[in-house]
Amino acid sequence: MMIGVLLFVLALAPLVALLGCLFLRRPRLCEALNLIASAVSFACALPVPFLVDGRQMLFWSDYVIIDRAGAWVVLCTSIVYFLASIYAVGYMRMLNEDERLNRFYALFAGFGLTTLIAPLMNSIGIYWIAIELTTLVSTFLVAFEQVAESIEAAWKYIMVVSAGISLALLGTILFYWTGTFVLGPTYQMTWAVLGAAAPKMNPVLLILAFLLVLVGYGTKVGLAPMHSWLPDAHSESPAPVSAMLSGALLNTAMIGVVRFLGITRAARVGELPQLVLVVFGAMSLLIGALFIVRQQGIKRLMAYSSIEHMGVVALGFGFGGALGVAGALYHMLNHSLNKSLMFFGAGNMMRAYGTKEILEITGVSRFFPTQGALWLAGAIAITGAPPFGLFMSEFTIMRAGLKPSFSWAVYAMAALLIVIFVGFMNHFRSMYYGEAAPDAAPSGKVSAWCALPMWLSLVPLLVLGLWWPAGIWTYLTSIAQSLSPGMP
Amino acid sequence: MLIQHLSPLASSLFSLLAIVSLLLSFVMLGSRWLKNYLYAFAAESWAIAALSAAVGYYGNYPELYLIAVLTLLFRGLLLPYLIWRIIRRLEVDREIREILQPSSALVIGALFVMFALAVSYRLAAEYNLELTVAVLALTVMLSMKLIGFLMLAVRHEAISQVLGLLVLENGIFLGSQILVPGMPLLIELVILFDLLIIVVCFGVLVSYLLTHVGTTSTLGLKRLVG
Repeated sequence: MMIGVLLFVLALAPLVALLGCLFLRRPRLCEALNLIASAVSFACALPVPFLVDGRQMLFWSDYVIIDRAGAWVVLCTSIVYFLASIYAVGYMRMLNEDERLNRFYALFAGFGLTTLIAPLMNSIGIYWIAIELTTLVSTFLVAFEQVAESIEAAWKYIMVVSAGISLALLGTILFYWTGTFVLGPTYQMTWAVLGAAAPKMNPVLLILAFLLVLVGYGTKVGLAPMHSWLPDAHSESPAPVSAMLSGALLNTAMIGVVRFLGITRAARVGELPQLVLVVFGAMSLLIGALFIVRQQGIKRLMAYSSIEHMGVVALGFGFGGALGVAGALYHMLNHSLNKSLMFFGAGNMMRAYGTKEILEITGVSRFFPTQGALWLAGAIAITGAPPFGLFMSEFTIMRAGLKPSFSWAVYAMAALLIVIFVGFMNHFRSMYYGEAAPDAAPSGKVSAWCALPMWLSLVPLLVLGLWWPAGIWTYLTSIAQSLSPGMP
Repeated sequence: MLIQHLSPLASSLFSLLAIVSLLLSFVMLGSRWLKNYLYAFAAESWAIAALSAAVGYYGNYPELYLIAVLTLLFRGLLLPYLIWRIIRRLEVDREIREILQPSSALVIGALFVMFALAVSYRLAAEYNLELTVAVLALTVMLSMKLIGFLMLAVRHEAISQVLGLLVLENGIFLGSQILVPGMPLLIELVILFDLLIIVVCFGVLVSYLLTHVGTTSTLGLKRLVG
């Protein structure tokens, strides 16, 4: 019952903020409304994982499901939403767009709302619609700066993702059709019903349906080669939106892939679905590595790093087993924290230097000692170096893959991660200790609103890297069991 | 299951409507005038609405009548009207630079249909449905999907791309009416409204393209690379 109330408030807060921003047009008020809403959502999402026991619970005539996996993703999302809302206060003031600010915050709260509720949808059809809504809302956030580049990014984003996600709808229909031969022409298309019927479903159709769903939601997750929208959308949107896209949206779509994978595994159709996921993951790492090394735009660098990390998460779920799934879920949390930090830092530097080009940003350590140190620590963390959380999760995922069928992927992953480390650090070296450093400090100032969320994301990241609490470990491994019923 | 014991009349009616829709997507593929796309899309939506009603009548799914009426109103009238309003604001009324000649596009579309038929036959064989309308429904669904993607790939006017996306959706909707007529009503309703929101969003984006980029040809969108 407690959980029901929490989930209700969790969704209600951004909804109230959305409506409030639409009607009360005062910019400072909208700012506060969104900030409070995100704080409330975060406060509600935080206790949920502790309250959910092994079973799944249903609310509101079974339309809402909360299980451990869903609670985890919602927690990741709400953290990013909260951090991005704090950051947005400072960042959006720098843009001087006060007359359109209420629209920004209305859309931002709407984006928070849709990403928070999508993992909670119990029907696979409604889940599809929730994911589609996240696209529609965020398109206008991507286009918010209303310059040619951001409109182009928004157009590519909505086009590629809508086309991709229509494949997921086709897959969903095929799942349902396969189910009708077991359950009769009309049944509730929920995760649990399909999972229970899966062992009796036709394996050929099931695999086809899964592949369509994987490609469809994989487009949204940003798995290569369906990633083409991601660098554009992430680099052209305002920095808080980039953080939300990367840290919240990608996980929200990933959980759908994972749940469908769970259904497919319940049907025992062999290793093909997992293999395809692993191949997509490895390809994302490859694309990420290639483009990171030669990248020129600072936010595009972060965007390709998101592709890389979603590849790592896909590898974790593809490897499967307790280690793989727990590692992948832990990686989701770490990546959400870390990528928010990176986009916040990139946004600050972009504003301070007035450019998006890596080559034109020099002498960061001299002009922004604290800021720069934070961002550099984040960069070390994002490349998977110890002592930060991502090292732990990537290492766990690698251990999960060390079985004969997937060991090639582990070796590829290790090699590509080293390439990415070198490439990433090289960009940061040139930004921090580049030769052609200007004499005068850049004019831009970084407000406390922009610095606070960086601390708030770095500190837990360090803690999670030094200490993986046993409670979280058992929590995540129990998700691994519930996602693959009847598997060792 | 409805498709396993259908009367010959119902079966041929379903087939007729499905094939009409497929032909109309070929009309879209073979034309270069934006208005023609729009008319073909509207006609396709009417065919699908008629199909919903027919499935509702022969399969005893009264709620499909509601879907048929809504499909007619939304997909058949409201969406074409909204797109017509967008087209009226543009200065272009046809594809100017073709990436692929309409005639070549038609040939590729025909190849897609063959591929879709082969896949559908294989799928239907899993349930011994080779001789039923299920094969045709799957074929039309998959080939409209492929044709929609082809339109997205070779057309560059913003409106053609939006219509390509709507063809993708139409294909899925058509297939689902025959294959899974018992699908929960709520889902179908929400998908219809979802489409409406998509088209409104595209309308706004097209006007952004016009004011901030100065062209609605997506060939002009090449600032972001690498």
